[in-house]
Amino acid sequence: MTNSIADIAQADCIFVIGSNTTENHPVIGLKVKEAVRRGAKLIVADPRHIELVDWAYLWLRQRPGTDLALLNGLLHVIVKEGLYDQKFIEERTEGFEEVREAVEEYTPEKVAELTGVPARDIVEAARLYARGPRSTILYAMGITQHITGTANVMALANLAMACGHIGKEGSGVNPLRGQNNVQGACDMGGLPNVLPGYQPVTDPEVRRKFALAWGVEDLPGEPGLTVVEMMRAAEEGRLKGMYILGENPLLTDPDVSHVEKALKNLEFLVVQDIFLTETARLADVVLPGAAFAEKEGTVTNTERRVQLMHKAIDPPGEARADWEIIGELLKRLGSQGEYSSPEDVMREITRLTPSYAGITYSRLEEKGLQWPVPSLDHPGTPVLHREKFTRGKGRFHVVHFRPPAEEPDEEYPFLFTTGRLLYHYHAVISRKSRGLEEICPEPEAEINPADALSLGIEDGETVELISRRGRVKVKARVTERVSKGTIFMSFHFWEAAANLLTIAALDPVSKIPEYKACAVKVKKLLA
Amino acid sequence: MAEVTLTIDGQRVTVPEGITVLEAARRAGIFIPTLCQDDRLSPWGGCRLCVVEIKGMRGLPASCVTAVAEGMVVETASPAVIEARKEILSLLLANHPQDCLTCSKSGDCRLQDYAYLYGVRGDEYQGERHNYPLEEDNPFFIRDMNKCILCGKCVRACAEVQGRSAIDFAYRGFNTRVTPPLDVTLREAGDCVFCGNCVQVCPVGALTEKQRLWQGREWEFKKVRSICSYCGVGCNITLYVKDGRVVKVTGYENPEVNNGWLCVKGRFGFDYIHSSERLTRPLIRTGERGSGQFREASWEEALDLVAEKLREIKEKHGPESLGVLCSAKCTNEENYLLQKLARGVLGTNNVDHCARL
Repeated sequence: MTNSIADIAQADCIFVIGSNTTENHPVIGLKVKEAVRRGAKLIVADPRHIELVDWAYLWLRQRPGTDLALLNGLLHVIVKEGLYDQKFIEERTEGFEEVREAVEEYTPEKVAELTGVPARDIVEAARLYARGPRSTILYAMGITQHITGTANVMALANLAMACGHIGKEGSGVNPLRGQNNVQGACDMGGLPNVLPGYQPVTDPEVRRKFALAWGVEDLPGEPGLTVVEMMRAAEEGRLKGMYILGENPLLTDPDVSHVEKALKNLEFLVVQDIFLTETARLADVVLPGAAFAEKEGTVTNTERRVQLMHKAIDPPGEARADWEIIGELLKRLGSQGEYSSPEDVMREITRLTPSYAGITYSRLEEKGLQWPVPSLDHPGTPVLHREKFTRGKGRFHVVHFRPPAEEPDEEYPFLFTTGRLLYHYHAVISRKSRGLEEICPEPEAEINPADALSLGIEDGETVELISRRGRVKVKARVTERVSKGTIFMSFHFWEAAANLLTIAALDPVSKIPEYKACAVKVKKLLA
Repeated sequence: MAEVTLTIDGQRVTVPEGITVLEAARRAGIFIPTLCQDDRLSPWGGCRLCVVEIKGMRGLPASCVTAVAEGMVVETASPAVIEARKEILSLLLANHPQDCLTCSKSGDCRLQDYAYLYGVRGDEYQGERHNYPLEEDNPFFIRDMNKCILCGKCVRACAEVQGRSAIDFAYRGFNTRVTPPLDVTLREAGDCVFCGNCVQVCPVGALTEKQRLWQGREWEFKKVRSICSYCGVGCNITLYVKDGRVVKVTGYENPEVNNGWLCVKGRFGFDYIHSSERLTRPLIRTGERGSGQFREASWEEALDLVAEKLREIKEKHGPESLGVLCSAKCTNEENYLLQKLARGVLGTNNVDHCARL
């Protein structure tokens, strides 16, 4: 997030797109409601009738996969009606002219046709957002899990920069991150192209710094493979060995039957986890790690706040804290240095990571700190891009709408989209919680009443969903939450793994798979 | 901001205009008991326990809904105030099960605290008592309306924080009760999202977490601060621990993040850590890959094997034949160490995690 969670309550206009906030980030959902109760105007763009729709001033029900058309359409109106912030654009950004020309073709009428959102709503949403005076954008995987995911995010940035809604309280472009430490895993260099603190592996200076600190000669300078690319490499026999820490790609990756083939094809697979997950079952060695309450360490939340977790209990049996296990392996593989505690590790991190430089455990104790924290006396950074952007001037990007990689056709007539439910999480831990499992024990596929009627499907009936990649049997939930022609399913359940159906079409830049749109058909099963 | 000066229990206090007498007293370090008040909820003035005497004002105003004024003279513990508080507590206890012996809330119950503080035994009045059945049909918490003191905090939390108004007051007078619409259960009514914020604000034993039942007394729990392990909001939590088990989770009031509020997963979904399916020993595969057949191994053996195989593959096929997945569920320190292992030791940038998924 460019801004802070607390900050959302200060906004006059909140634009939520591709985020079912109350189910996926419930406590941020509370903040949105607080803002609305205080008088903020909420615009929700979502193909499903999510809870926030009931709080919205305006609901833009776009067809899945048409976000980019919608966003360019909003900018079109802002340009046409002169609602942009000329001063901000001149002083802080570059490239506006090109974008201004590029959005020329996205008239409300044309966008209405592409997205299914009425033209007048597009105009009104653009006005509301532009006029603020404080407007914020919240988005999540509904924006990024498309082949145009990166372009979608750039379109959001275009909107915010055009209106000057960034770099101050109550504004910003705010991705809501899905896992408790997905931000931290990125910050710590859990990505193929960067070392901790987003320092590029291609920069020789950066490599030299880390190599020196780690006591090695040099570090690899070519960006590595992403998850999906690793799976392909494994399937093709180029990748021979994998070490998987606390992840379950066999349930969470797109087109999972290929993932299974890939992992089975490895010469050696190590999985370190707290449960014998679907992925761990394929491993050669399984190492028992510790759950959050069983170890000390820091996690970084969606607003870049680094926070401290204390150890409350011991891990069960012989299970060990994950940092200890990796520390043991580092030692065995000849790495220099030993770590006596997570705090010890953090001291090394802060020496090498400028954005974490001012962090100490004692400073985190009460409220945590939002990075960048460049020095010990720096209070942290609740709002990014206040004076300037990371690269200096904010860059507008021309981005054009492209339909999803796979669209419904005669054979596979339904648009299939996936997401998370309130009572579950990703794929493992919530399902081992008795209460959560009791209240939400089985998967359902949401289908519009009109579609159900034409297929003769009743609420609660088991149907088969079939895509070009796989098939699952699942209970039908007949509901107006989805529009006609759309099927929604959550991805939590191995019994009916939604990712048997999804497509491994990737965004060309981020390599994020298009989980939010593919084509399926619905088959009624014989009674 | 403009300030006003008033006198509380003989002490001159200067505070910002617009705050309540209760808040002014707290800032001066003067204790006033409350049942229905919570800084995060709208002021209500319903329980009347925070009454004070204010010179020139009629009766005993509730300090939680009375704004400070210049020159105000407040008595927070005059005989009339104490008398009123005792009377209120006597009336509450006249219809409150006195089962502190086995009540989960014992030790962390405001009603119990104040009864003790003011020496109210609860036998002052004899009269009709409620005998409502417990509402136990949801997996997360029990609603025992016999213990409810109608402070309305749960009603306000649900309406003002969760914005769902799944519960409200129903019936009149002695029969007033907090209930979902049409007097069915929360589960039947279907409006509740089981965030349990009502449970956390309840000052008495009317709302109790199921997982916490019979696990220990409030004073036996070790309280440990942590961060919720589910989504990326990073809600601050307090773990209640006894005998190596986490038995309860409450929201910690970090105003920058969740201010004490939680969702159903964070509050009630922590028990996976005690699942009998947890891995407790290193495993080495014995059967076919994917057969799920393993044998238990010592750490020494497992770690040696991992180190040996990784080294072997690196030497035979080169560093690019190895890949590492970090974890969005592990700590910064752990992710740092794992990418260090990949880059610094194995020599590959094939490092990723599920951020994209």
